[in-house]
Amino acid sequence: MRIEYFQLIDRVTELNLDELKIRAEATIPTDSTIFEGHFPGYPLMPGVLLIEAMAQTCGWLIIARNSFARMPFLASVKEAKLRSFATPGQVLTIEGRLDHEGSGFAVAEANIRAAGKLVCDADITFRLMPFDNPGFRGSMEQTAARLGLKIEAAVDG
Amino acid sequence: MSTTFDTVANIIAETCDIQRDTIKPESHAIDDLGIDSLDFLDIAFAIDKAFGIKLPLEQWTQEVNDGKASTEQYFVLKNLCSRIDDLVAAKAK
Repeated sequence: MRIEYFQLIDRVTELNLDELKIRAEATIPTDSTIFEGHFPGYPLMPGVLLIEAMAQTCGWLIIARNSFARMPFLASVKEAKLRSFATPGQVLTIEGRLDHEGSGFAVAEANIRAAGKLVCDADITFRLMPFDNPGFRGSMEQTAARLGLKIEAAVDG
Repeated sequence: MSTTFDTVANIIAETCDIQRDTIKPESHAIDDLGIDSLDFLDIAFAIDKAFGIKLPLEQWTQEVNDGKASTEQYFVLKNLCSRIDDLVAAKAK
């Protein structure tokens, strides 16, 4: 996890396109400027970033599902519950399941666990839009490779 | 058994916190009820789930943007309900 670069997942460990599920892992760094403010003397992974980690995980599931034809953009977060603290050094397991594929949008359910304990969960809606430019799509393809995600790209996106 | 309009109106009322009795078959979702595109995603999600269909929002939006259709054709509720009925019937075939 490189928080400052908004890289909130380290690797995709499981992708099941039949069941529309994904699992990813991320280790919270022990050292980050974010913890200087959140909070001094009591470092906690900010809840908004946990939500972003769930959104990124579900986003990769959607991209895998549509073979890089569309980019998912976070549109709404519902029923977000931050149930326990996440702290530096913890290994997070992030799971997502695609609940609905609409026309131009998708809805997913996600949760994060640490050592088996539920940290947070949420229902997340995404807008799906064509990639604005080939460079953008290319950078996402590179990121997918870094995460260990093998996706067969659509022919013309 | 509730009508398509009743189901849609209830979804809109609950999703957008709009008084149910202000939602009429002649209401324009955007112009009269003030529903924005993000709220309409929630409504589409609920309609898709309730009726087991997939509202073709992207196609409708494209047709409106291309001047091939008016927003009234898709977003006046009685017209929206008629299209939902068509989609449900097409799925049942």
